[in-house]
Amino acid sequence: MMKALLEAESVGHSYPGGQLGCEDVSFRLYPGEVLGVVGESGSGKSTLLGCLSGMLEPSNGIVRFDVGGQGLRDVFSLSEPERRLLMRTDWGIVRQNPRDGLRMNVSAGGNVGERLMAVGARNYGNIRNEALDWLTRVEIPSSRVDDLPRTFSGGMQQRVQIARILVSKPRLIFMDEPTGGLDVSVQARLLDLLRGLVRDLGVAAVVVTHDLAVVRLLSDRLMVMRQGRVVETGLTDQVLDDPQHPYSQLLVSSVLQA
Amino acid sequence: MTQKSLMLQVRNLRKTFTLHGRGGVQLPVFNDISFEVSAGECVALIGSSGSGKSTLLRSLYANYLPSAGEILVKHHGEWVDIASVEARTKLEIRRETIGYVSQFLRVIPRISSIDLISEVAISGGMSSEIAIEVSSALLRRLNLPEHLWNVPPATFSGGEQQRVNIAMGLVRPYPILLLDEPTASLDASNRESAIELILEAKSRGAAIIAICHDETARDRFADRLFDVSQFKAAA
Repeated sequence: MMKALLEAESVGHSYPGGQLGCEDVSFRLYPGEVLGVVGESGSGKSTLLGCLSGMLEPSNGIVRFDVGGQGLRDVFSLSEPERRLLMRTDWGIVRQNPRDGLRMNVSAGGNVGERLMAVGARNYGNIRNEALDWLTRVEIPSSRVDDLPRTFSGGMQQRVQIARILVSKPRLIFMDEPTGGLDVSVQARLLDLLRGLVRDLGVAAVVVTHDLAVVRLLSDRLMVMRQGRVVETGLTDQVLDDPQHPYSQLLVSSVLQA
Repeated sequence: MTQKSLMLQVRNLRKTFTLHGRGGVQLPVFNDISFEVSAGECVALIGSSGSGKSTLLRSLYANYLPSAGEILVKHHGEWVDIASVEARTKLEIRRETIGYVSQFLRVIPRISSIDLISEVAISGGMSSEIAIEVSSALLRRLNLPEHLWNVPPATFSGGEQQRVNIAMGLVRPYPILLLDEPTASLDASNRESAIELILEAKSRGAAIIAICHDETARDRFADRLFDVSQFKAAA
């Protein structure tokens, strides 16, 4: 029996003032699985992602992760150094805005190498080679490796961010609207890249998006959220082709058939 | 083998679509369908257009969610109800037990035909070299011109897409095969290749459920017919 990698048990979060973020979310994610979370703005999907990725302590429920392959542990009971190590090793968080996930005054190569140094790599030659290798895999030309990310287009910045995260070989990545704000053609290339990487590396992922095409392409399973609650879960193609809940039906029927 | 080995048991299956956006209108498709399929046997679904043949096939693949009933699939030697198991088991069943050739090719965009097919083979544990070899052999048998192999099928003709579709469904020796109009939009010689591949799958022991309007083709591989329209649910 395969062990779960991430487990959410009745996770809920309310903001100060009583405003509901998300409520009673439970699921298990297994190694290599990609879970999509869809819903309109304000549905609580980003709040949920915050709780799952250790950024936002849930007001209710428990988030457990298989830390270092040693078994499930409550993410919020880890010590601060343990949690920071987790974020640098087992986890990767792809931000919607690459400027939040990159250091803009450090070169592209430096951004990637920095993650390796954070987990103890010290040999400059090795670090640089590995950074170069990852930047090539995300299709950043080697001539741009020493340039600052702020001289890059949005799509390139997003790819540098992905290289920075994958270089430390995470077992789980969190993605918040990974293609948000990009041109359609750039989105397509980024999605192809993400899909290839997720498949080749066998990394598990939680992808939050409002774009059904993104989950159709990337995720095995889908969770539909509305007003902080999960209204439907299932295989991605089943939820999209035969949605059961009134809100899922509305969501699917609102998209033009491509 | 004297004892027929059952691969699929459908029990009291019902499917009704509920359209919440239309005031909750109910569209009953079928009710109380039960049948069984054994290894090496091919059952052809018949019934007029709209009688629910494709809906039934999609339900067997867990693409549609049945409203009631069970779909028991022999998966790794155990009976599993694909309609109610957890999502990752459904995916595992699709990866290892059930192959599906749909009527319309819906694949990951921007991926070449040969890669689409060999990826299926690789997902079954084949090395990428052998996967490419096996996929090429299949495409050759299906007469897909070689210059199209490295092109994504989006721009292909209906018949060309159909052949990619068939190759994706037959590249692995799935114990159960679901075929939705596998020979439609193929010309006579290509239809013949497709029929031969289906017969080979049958003789290696695949349990096959097929929708096939072309009676001549159907008579070649189907052992019995199953009329879906007799289960039409009352509205």
